[in-house]
Amino acid sequence: MDLSTTYLGFKLPHPLMPGASPLTGDLDTVKRLEDAGAAALVMNSLFEEQIVLEELAARDAMETPADSFAEALSYFPKLEEYRLGPDEYLRQIRKVKEIVSCPVIASLNGVTTGGWLQYARQITEAGADALELNVYYLATSPTETAQALEDRTIEMVKSVKQVTHIPVAVKLSPFYSSLPSLAARLAEAGVQGLVLFNRFYQPDIDVNELEVTRTLELSDSRDLLLRLRWLAILSGKIDVSLAVSGGVHTAVDAVKAVMTGAHGVQVVSALLDNGPETLKTLREGMARWLEEHKYASLEQMRGSMNLSRSPDPSAYERANYAHILQGWGR
Amino acid sequence: MAKRRVITIDGNEATASVAHRTNEVIAIYPITPSSSMGELADEWSAHLRKNIWGTVPQVTEMQSEGGAAAAVHGALQAGALTTTFTASQGLLLMIPSMYKIAGELTSYCMHVSARTLATHALSIFGDHSDVMACRQTGFALLASCSVQEAHDMACIGQAATLKSRVPLLHFFEGFRITHEVAKIEELTDDDLRHMMDDALIAAHRQRALTPDRPVIRGTAQNPNEFFQAREACSPFFDACSGIVKDVMDRFGKLTGRHYHLFDYEGHPQAERVIMLMGSGAEAAAEAITYLTARDERVGMVRVRLYRPFDVRAFVDSLPKTTRKIAVLDRTKEGGAVGDPLYVDVVTALREAHDQGWTQWDRESCPDVVGGRYGLSSKEFNPAMVKAIFDELAKDKPKNHFTVGIEDDVTHSSLPVDPDFSTEADDVVRAVFFGLGADGTVGANKNSIKIIGEETDNYAQGYFVYDSKKAGAITISHLRFGPRPIQSTYLIDRANFVACHQFLFLEKYDVLEYAVPGAVFLLNAPFGPDEIWDHLPREVQEQIVAKELKFYVIDGYKVAREAHMGSRINTIMQTCFFAISGVLPRDEAIAKIKQAIEKTYGKKGAEVVQRNFAAVDTTLEHLHKVKVPGGVTATKGRPPTVAPEAPDFVKNVTAVILQNKGHSLPVSAFSVDGTWPLGTTKWEKRNIAQEIPVWEPDICIQCNKCSLICPHAAIRPKVYDPTLLKDAPPTFKSADYKAADFKGMKFTLQVAPEDCTGCALCAEICPAKDKANPKRRALMLKPQMPLRETERENYDFFLGIPDIDRTKVKRETVKGSQFLQPLFEYSGACAGCGETPYVKLLSQLFGDRALIANATGCSSIYGGNLPTTPYTTNREGRGPTWNNSLFEDTAEFGCGFRLAIDKHIEQAHELLQGLGGKVGDELVREILAADQTDEVGIAAQRERVAALKEKLAGNGSAEAARLLLLADYLVKKSVWILGGDGWAYDIGYGGLDHVIAMGRDVNLLVLDTEVYSNTGGQASKATPLGASAKFASAGKASPKKDLGMMAMNYGTVYVARVAMGAKDAQTVRAFVEAESYPGPSLIIAYSHCIAHGYDLINGPRQQKLAVDCGLWTLCRYDPRRAAKGKPPLVLDSGEPTIPVAEYMRNETRFRMVEKVDPKRFQQLLLKAQQVERERYALYQHLAGLTLPQAEEN
Repeated sequence: MDLSTTYLGFKLPHPLMPGASPLTGDLDTVKRLEDAGAAALVMNSLFEEQIVLEELAARDAMETPADSFAEALSYFPKLEEYRLGPDEYLRQIRKVKEIVSCPVIASLNGVTTGGWLQYARQITEAGADALELNVYYLATSPTETAQALEDRTIEMVKSVKQVTHIPVAVKLSPFYSSLPSLAARLAEAGVQGLVLFNRFYQPDIDVNELEVTRTLELSDSRDLLLRLRWLAILSGKIDVSLAVSGGVHTAVDAVKAVMTGAHGVQVVSALLDNGPETLKTLREGMARWLEEHKYASLEQMRGSMNLSRSPDPSAYERANYAHILQGWGR
Repeated sequence: MAKRRVITIDGNEATASVAHRTNEVIAIYPITPSSSMGELADEWSAHLRKNIWGTVPQVTEMQSEGGAAAAVHGALQAGALTTTFTASQGLLLMIPSMYKIAGELTSYCMHVSARTLATHALSIFGDHSDVMACRQTGFALLASCSVQEAHDMACIGQAATLKSRVPLLHFFEGFRITHEVAKIEELTDDDLRHMMDDALIAAHRQRALTPDRPVIRGTAQNPNEFFQAREACSPFFDACSGIVKDVMDRFGKLTGRHYHLFDYEGHPQAERVIMLMGSGAEAAAEAITYLTARDERVGMVRVRLYRPFDVRAFVDSLPKTTRKIAVLDRTKEGGAVGDPLYVDVVTALREAHDQGWTQWDRESCPDVVGGRYGLSSKEFNPAMVKAIFDELAKDKPKNHFTVGIEDDVTHSSLPVDPDFSTEADDVVRAVFFGLGADGTVGANKNSIKIIGEETDNYAQGYFVYDSKKAGAITISHLRFGPRPIQSTYLIDRANFVACHQFLFLEKYDVLEYAVPGAVFLLNAPFGPDEIWDHLPREVQEQIVAKELKFYVIDGYKVAREAHMGSRINTIMQTCFFAISGVLPRDEAIAKIKQAIEKTYGKKGAEVVQRNFAAVDTTLEHLHKVKVPGGVTATKGRPPTVAPEAPDFVKNVTAVILQNKGHSLPVSAFSVDGTWPLGTTKWEKRNIAQEIPVWEPDICIQCNKCSLICPHAAIRPKVYDPTLLKDAPPTFKSADYKAADFKGMKFTLQVAPEDCTGCALCAEICPAKDKANPKRRALMLKPQMPLRETERENYDFFLGIPDIDRTKVKRETVKGSQFLQPLFEYSGACAGCGETPYVKLLSQLFGDRALIANATGCSSIYGGNLPTTPYTTNREGRGPTWNNSLFEDTAEFGCGFRLAIDKHIEQAHELLQGLGGKVGDELVREILAADQTDEVGIAAQRERVAALKEKLAGNGSAEAARLLLLADYLVKKSVWILGGDGWAYDIGYGGLDHVIAMGRDVNLLVLDTEVYSNTGGQASKATPLGASAKFASAGKASPKKDLGMMAMNYGTVYVARVAMGAKDAQTVRAFVEAESYPGPSLIIAYSHCIAHGYDLINGPRQQKLAVDCGLWTLCRYDPRRAAKGKPPLVLDSGEPTIPVAEYMRNETRFRMVEKVDPKRFQQLLLKAQQVERERYALYQHLAGLTLPQAEEN
């Protein structure tokens, strides 16, 4: 079965790839992912905020007590090799590149314009094949408009495009007033792909301690539904690669994603749950499903269920519950 | 040959640089002030830096100096070129091995940062008492006087010992040379290769023990042979000084720096000559240059090779015109004819005369007097040298004099003219007052490097540090000038004075250092137009009188704007260069930026950028202040201590606090090192920016804040409501919430001027406002506006009587905190993880505790002057404390127990004999008293009081004897305290023996998992995967399980506690340990700045350590075994999180991951596995019931 696809300009044998996650932090796992047939690898995210905070924390931890007390002018060994900043990440890109042959997509989450640009440049130099910009910004200020927020994103993407020649995808959150408009602007800004969607740490509340706790629940197939809707809406309208991220756990989930227009299918939770080899199971399951349902190729079904081709587009456009209610008792 | 570089480094680095390049094996143990030599050597080897023969020296940390010396001995015997670095007590521990090494004629050069030996007190500073304790070992003793010489003599010593086979101890004063930063010419590898003779190295190898050419050494000899065999080595000692002389000559030809066994300098026809060795000679040289230029016939002999003492070379070095000699010793040898160098000189002159080596006959032979100077880095400056020459000019100069102090007891001291100075006008002399945490010292070290390496100027930097760790003040003394700088003394006439902390103006006489016309740079939160009105009167007076050029900058504002937090180092450095004009401004700024890039480049672009931004905006904030014509201030500096302080505190402590302790005469001090308790309370340090403010409506009165407070600066009291009638208006109180003291009032009060602002109290506080959980029962607010009112409130609070100890549930967290802390306001780091345990001990048992304290952080914050934290209760009782040494503390504390047990035994004997006279019932009650709780103790105190009353009225000798011992009938609590360096390493042998003895002692190990006090060297308590000095790549072996080892005896109470994780278990363990009538060992997790994170997270990290299984909480109580229960109880459950979650929060682990992620991953897996194995073992043991003893 021909499962081939094109994602961010890369001709891939199939659309399945591990999404941004800690999986790529360990080279043995990286190898297992490739052995399981990963079409591409999305690396874990480089977080500018984390890097800056660690630099400052390390400076404070090491320097503040130094040169203060006669018996101890320092408290840590001086290690030339102890480098903060993005080195660890960049080194990992190089190492991953050395041991795999599939495209390696780095992931970046910046905070400042300087950060986005500097790291995008360094990631490119480290040899990544593509860059996924992990745009994670939660608007909390009543005075910041949606327009301003989107403008800032577009400006950032444009700047990044200027410093890197590798394909750029943008991983979005679902929290935009008009996702298609933003998608169109991003396409116009030159991005080659959109990834739907980011999954965030969800704040929970400890009612006894009156504390906010952060949890990251692994996804399940129910998370896919939100993505299917927006894939279906964007597919065919925005001329960039689309990838699904979040909620693909079975071969049928992957089939649904492709039917709603995905060029790439990112999987994380399923791999964390069941190991890198799950990629292979998914790929084989997909192939089997296509064969059983007499598809000639994956390409044949891509976008078959998107907004323009779906037999019932209003199901995507309307709020689902209204539809069901209307049909109740019919 | 490669060109020699000019470098700016300190004496330790200068020495280690040569030692590392000319040796193969280095075995060390950390001790101040030598530690950094070993650390540098380790660092260089870790970076694969090779020695001159192309191989990387192996650097090994041992468990003690005794261990290091033995390892050195072994390595030498096995043929390796070997060295070590040590000082003071460490050197003493090496002496047994040194005899062996010398007896076996071993080529070996060791390097000693000469430091005071502990006598009536410990001191980390420099003198020759340690080295002088080695003059009988057979080692050659070679002295250096400066950083350059330390570098050179390290080479000369190594080269000479290869030839002479007499082992050599190269020494130089701690701090004055080890820590002075100076510009020197570096010896190249070629230089070193030129000096080290390959044939001699081959001979050293040939002498090695090897089974391929076996020999036997170290035999036991008998009267038949020992004496003769001992004399057989004599020719080598006879030849030694000649060999050193030859090597010095060869070195002189190579480098142009000429040294001799004895170096004379001064007037060619000098009549008055002083003799000394070490850094004092530099100050003396400066004085002599000055005096000879004024036609004074004075001179000096520097002793370079002190052992073997070459009499001929010595007398030859003296000018024939010499009439009088003052021999200066930097050590005190009680009871001797004189101090050692003096005795040697007198003997040498006599012997030289007898041998006919001098031109003098017996009558014209120069008079010799001896004098003592510079003990424990006491200042020795040209004015003192002048004083000695003045004394020598007298007909009968004083013998056995002292100089540099005022001895008003035995009147040994010489008067010194404070106005005499030899400082040259073309030398820039700058003094900087800073906080340790603001980076002043680091910036100054940077400046010296810039000036030393970028200009033709010579540079010198010397740094004076605080005795406190929290809010530590630093004073930097920097000199720059066109000639090599010989001024081995502090600057007291500065032409640049910088005060980096505005508050210092209230505490110290900063401007006493300034000469007329000097520049004064002040960091203050006031602009150039307002600053004048905020200055204390004394400061204004000096600015006006000395016509100082006054500059001000709001450095913290600049730092804030550049997001630099409280780091004002580069800002103030920029100001210094801008004003001082040492370098053109632009050039200076470019150099500062280069230095920033070099320092922080690898540690983060963000830090570099922020520093750059700070430097760039500094100058626009720097203002020259227009000084009014006269003094306008009405307020002066506040008194150093409160007027109600005891006389001793006012007359002695306060003077030391003002940084003027040098002016105190001998009579001000006790004769045996005894000091009063409770002096920290008089030192109001006001170092907290923010202090906790109590919200009574939210508070649940759990007292957790008080328990965790490292400084006893937040305290609860429960008291009668009527006491509130005199309360100050802002004094807060609440109804006491629990049943035990129903109807009473509760107050939680902060000590505003003693709090360090660590915020642990607010962090640990569990009480939140239900409607607005952001609001807790403790909220941090700026200290300044609260200082006055809270001071008044705290005074009132202290006046409220403590609740009756017998009514308090002391075994609970809450109850324990109602007991008065008898350990308060120590100088420990803000947020210290150790002191809460010490404070708890003092609350529970302090009124009857004897504490033996191992050297380390706990002895420093526990007993470092000028003020000490142990204190007394209203009855005048409190912990009595002593620090013997580092290695012997368990045995020392055991000695307390032995004495007390004997006292009790005798008291019992006497009591039984006196039964008829004092009352049989009383005797019976006293002997049968149950003293397991506070009620029992109080009852016994009453009985003993009654007994003493009766005894006082009884005239018998037995009664008088019992009267002296009666107080021991009240249970005493012996505590042995120390860190993991003591318990796991250097003191382990003693600890093991003491817990095996079965005596009733309590050992508290404050486990920071690293040598904290000496700066983060690995100990056997360091956990697997942590980076520490000497384990920089991450420790590969697991932490030693000291608790398990102790449990092995079956007779030791053992507890592992972590207050931040489970405070109730901690308190319970303390009470149980103390009540156990045998040895008890508490191992207490103590978070530490050496772990590398903001200590506000200390409790959280403790909890994570427990939750991940690395720190299993447990208690092993042999009493439970006797009751048929498992003796071990686990107080923490199965691990619930991976160890990585704990480790990744701390720099010590994170460094390993950053440097080598793969290795870290492996270590992590190993750590996880060790944790699993240990937990399984503990779990198994916790279920184990031991067979009961069979009854007969």
